[in-house]
Amino acid sequence: MVSDGANNTMAFPRETVLKVASLARLQLTPEEVDLFATQLGATLDYVARLDELDVSNVEPMVHAIELTNVLRDDVLVPSLPRHDAVANAPKTDGKYFLVPAILES
Amino acid sequence: MHYQPIIGLEVHVQLQTQTKIFCGCSTAFNPDQPNVQTCPVCLGLPGALPVLNGTALRLAIKTAMALNCQIAKFTKWDRKQYFYPDLPKGYQISQYDLPFSFDGQVELITNAETGESRPIRIIRAHLEEDAGKNVHDETGRGRDSMVDLNRAGTPLVEIVSHPDLRSAAEARQMLEELHALLTYLEVSDCNMQEGSLRCDANVNLHITKDDGTVVATPIVEIKNLNSFRFTEQAVEYEIARQWKAFQETGKTIKDAPKSTRGFDPDRGVTTIMREKEEAADYRYFPDPDLVPVTVTDEQLAAIRSEMCEAPAVMRKRFQSEYQLSAYDASVIIDQGRLLAEYFEATAKLCGDGKQAANWVTQDVLRVMKERKETIANFPLRPEVLGSLIARVTQKQLTIKSAREVFADLLTAEEDQTPAPSMAQIDEIVAAKGLAIVQDDGAMETAIAAVIDKNPKAVADFQAGKQAAVGALIGQVMKQLKGADAQAVREKILTKLSGG
Amino acid sequence: MSLCDLSAGTLWRKLQSGEVTAVAATTDYLNAITQFDGQVAAFLHVDRDTALAQATNLDAKRSRGEPVGLMAGLPVAIKDVLCIKGEPTTCGSKMLQNFRPPYDAHVIEKLRAADAVLLGHTNMDEFAMGSSSENSAYQVTHNPWDLSRTPGGSSSGSAAAVAARMAPVSLGSDTGGSIRQPAGLCGIVGMKPTYGRVSRYGLIAYASSLDQVGPFSTDVTAAAALLEAIAGHDPRDSTSVNQPVPSYTSTLDQPLQGLKIGVAKEFFAEGLDAEIEQAVRTAIDVYRGLGADVREVSLPHSKYSIATYYLIAPSEASSNLSRYDGVHYGHRTESATSLNEMYAASRGEAFGPEVKRRIMLGTYALSSGYYDQYYVKALRVRRLIREDFDKAFADVDIIAGPVTPTAAFKIGEKSDNPLGMYLADVYTISANLAGIPGISVPCGFTPAGLPIGLQLLAAPFQEERLLRAARMYERETDWVTRKPALA
Repeated sequence: MVSDGANNTMAFPRETVLKVASLARLQLTPEEVDLFATQLGATLDYVARLDELDVSNVEPMVHAIELTNVLRDDVLVPSLPRHDAVANAPKTDGKYFLVPAILES
Repeated sequence: MHYQPIIGLEVHVQLQTQTKIFCGCSTAFNPDQPNVQTCPVCLGLPGALPVLNGTALRLAIKTAMALNCQIAKFTKWDRKQYFYPDLPKGYQISQYDLPFSFDGQVELITNAETGESRPIRIIRAHLEEDAGKNVHDETGRGRDSMVDLNRAGTPLVEIVSHPDLRSAAEARQMLEELHALLTYLEVSDCNMQEGSLRCDANVNLHITKDDGTVVATPIVEIKNLNSFRFTEQAVEYEIARQWKAFQETGKTIKDAPKSTRGFDPDRGVTTIMREKEEAADYRYFPDPDLVPVTVTDEQLAAIRSEMCEAPAVMRKRFQSEYQLSAYDASVIIDQGRLLAEYFEATAKLCGDGKQAANWVTQDVLRVMKERKETIANFPLRPEVLGSLIARVTQKQLTIKSAREVFADLLTAEEDQTPAPSMAQIDEIVAAKGLAIVQDDGAMETAIAAVIDKNPKAVADFQAGKQAAVGALIGQVMKQLKGADAQAVREKILTKLSGG
Repeated sequence: MSLCDLSAGTLWRKLQSGEVTAVAATTDYLNAITQFDGQVAAFLHVDRDTALAQATNLDAKRSRGEPVGLMAGLPVAIKDVLCIKGEPTTCGSKMLQNFRPPYDAHVIEKLRAADAVLLGHTNMDEFAMGSSSENSAYQVTHNPWDLSRTPGGSSSGSAAAVAARMAPVSLGSDTGGSIRQPAGLCGIVGMKPTYGRVSRYGLIAYASSLDQVGPFSTDVTAAAALLEAIAGHDPRDSTSVNQPVPSYTSTLDQPLQGLKIGVAKEFFAEGLDAEIEQAVRTAIDVYRGLGADVREVSLPHSKYSIATYYLIAPSEASSNLSRYDGVHYGHRTESATSLNEMYAASRGEAFGPEVKRRIMLGTYALSSGYYDQYYVKALRVRRLIREDFDKAFADVDIIAGPVTPTAAFKIGEKSDNPLGMYLADVYTISANLAGIPGISVPCGFTPAGLPIGLQLLAAPFQEERLLRAARMYERETDWVTRKPALA
């Protein structure tokens, strides 16, 4: 991240957009790349206001209501019939989910 | 210049729960019926949510206790994010910075004869969900891969060792030790064919150059080793490969990042999977769908009280309590907890650990192997075998006769339902006259009769043919099946040479 | 007269007493959908036959003298974010265009058990990301009070359907205000329960630690009934809280004695339209008139709530939406040959711009090197926001304020300015971060005739208090009787 001294707007470089898109397996059009570079930059600029706070001694709050030890018994529950399991698959032979060949090594 | 292999293992163990870690689907191994053990949760359907299986947690804690790990009082669940067809949610629920256990160690026997051992340190053990299975097109025609999610969500403990292993053989032994430990505890069936126990090995070499400086070769992770033999072969190959590569290129850990290789068992070689560890950014973060787990000292004590004796402890105890050699103790213990318990019950009943060990490691194991049976199905219960051995130690039966009884009991067992009993031992001994004849009078009479009936053999012996006495002994033994052949021989010799 | 002219609570009581049949109510509402939804575009999928069959069964059950469930045949519209077994459930996304879940969401099971009639699925911003319905892959829903304006979002269709009297009640989901904001902009009652009060099982996740299902209704009574029907512990949701559900409907009409109302000064700061402020202050005066003790409270960290939310929610969303990869369900590209191409193209083709934006933001916030700076930091600030509420609720029973800074905006007005759209969530977001319940109650109209909402917030699991307080206000005013004039 670089900071633009003039208006303190964070630039979000195209390369970063592309790297993040690749991590998220998200194909973007060139227009989207440019748009997101601008918009994500503006959003990150906005959220930088959190830096005003010293929260180093505050515990992170992951859950809205903080529970512990929710466990289930090891008891079988009927599975879905295979027909239902693969019913929504974009490609199936009726038994497996099919995907383009995974190239080993 | 010489080198020292440095090896660490990451071992994945499927826990033997009835149901998956976050849903109620069966964990049974079922590759022939793909996608029949799934539900919205393990299919990762929109809206489905995970709930932790309490038994998976308990078995995981048992595992960690057996590895002498510290158990965390607070542990949580994180998402490890990557895309792969066998991972339906696009993330694996695992544990990142707060695993449920850490800092353990396992005693590795480094010399089977002497029982010498060395601690191998465990960095951590954490609980996670297994992925499904991708079935690839093997024809090379680039056909679709097939995805089966029956296995997706099976509970796994990942055990990460320090790189404390120093040879391929030790890597194998470590895996064997874990196998013994985890099957003893009944936390996993450790069935390697079914993938219940599998490991990745991290291997590199520390090379001491002639000037005394030490350099390290680049680290290689060998993925998905699913047998003891492959683990040893793969590490062996990799050590040799790295040594050769170093001699040719001089590349050290500073010149190349960690790479990933797979083992091809057909060719016995490791092959490159990923040249560079592609900037793996798993974006771990706490799973908001699951809540943390806390455990109390009381809960831990309760789990500890359910633990059986660890094999390493049992091995030492068998040596001291039953005077077994380190080797015999290992043979018995490596066969699994049920066999060890069988041995111990037998030893207690017959009062002679060494004899019991001989019988168990030779006769019992041989028959089990022939019949492809497990000790659980072995027809002779320890009280019967113990009773049989006791008759030998008390000189009521010869070893040879006892073996005959043993065989007859097993033969008889084949056409009857009740398991062979101690009463049957008596029946067989009586029917065959196997009891050791302590009555000298009976023996004298029998010898006299045989000598009378075999003048030719007597003449041959007296003419110097020592072997002729064998025929006489044989005939006496035929009449007196329980007689001590040595005593018969001595008495005949005495009689013929002047008595 | 159509049964749609009755308030939802009145209709519900008539259904309970048997004065009105479920078939009659369902028929009238299906007719209203036929009549008005062409203009409003609230529904994505209406299954008339199934709805009428449910109503017929319920009436038959009643005529056999069997007990009927709490909903007693009341028709309910369902946000397309909730799985209904065998019915198209798209989440407003092209990604799930052909998806039919093999299971019912927990709340759908509860509604079936309570003898509700399910009218169909309503439009929403894609994956519940948005405040206007403009992010729906299918259609833009119009505000029944002014068809050129947005009904708000993301539960746009569920709010507009109730406002247009095409459903007496409906279900929505609220992650940063997605029930309360459209309720406010549509002049109806909308409630977000405490996090964990209603099971999320079968609610398609946007941001798991913030999402909560809740009711819309034309009045407080039917909202209370609907919440009572869907609330309760579900062992399939680890974050579902095991606490008994009070009978909200039986205590609803008892006014709260000695009610202490807090007015958070931060909710009346810069950016709040004067006409909204005036209506909300007038509503607070109604409570004063009822004897409530009104005092100022402070929520000093509320100004950080939008920044906190727009780190936490996209982070969770980026992960929750990884499952849409074209392998097991959902859209798969026609074009790709390799696996990685297939992933990227399927996701690139089927996700809309706002979803992509949030996946990008969340992926970045969780990525190596930025995790502590963005995601963990936001989680720490989240706790400060929660602690502000804990302190305030030590002093007052209810916090009252506006739902939105402005009334409904024009469709298209903010669609080029995502950050501007985010800022409109300023008053609703902190309740999600803190996990507390909140309700939006109609409290007036702008001079242009657009509805204004009053937001009431309470401490965790104080839904009963919240509903009773809302009902106290409702009895003193006639806002809920106003209906938009649709031709």
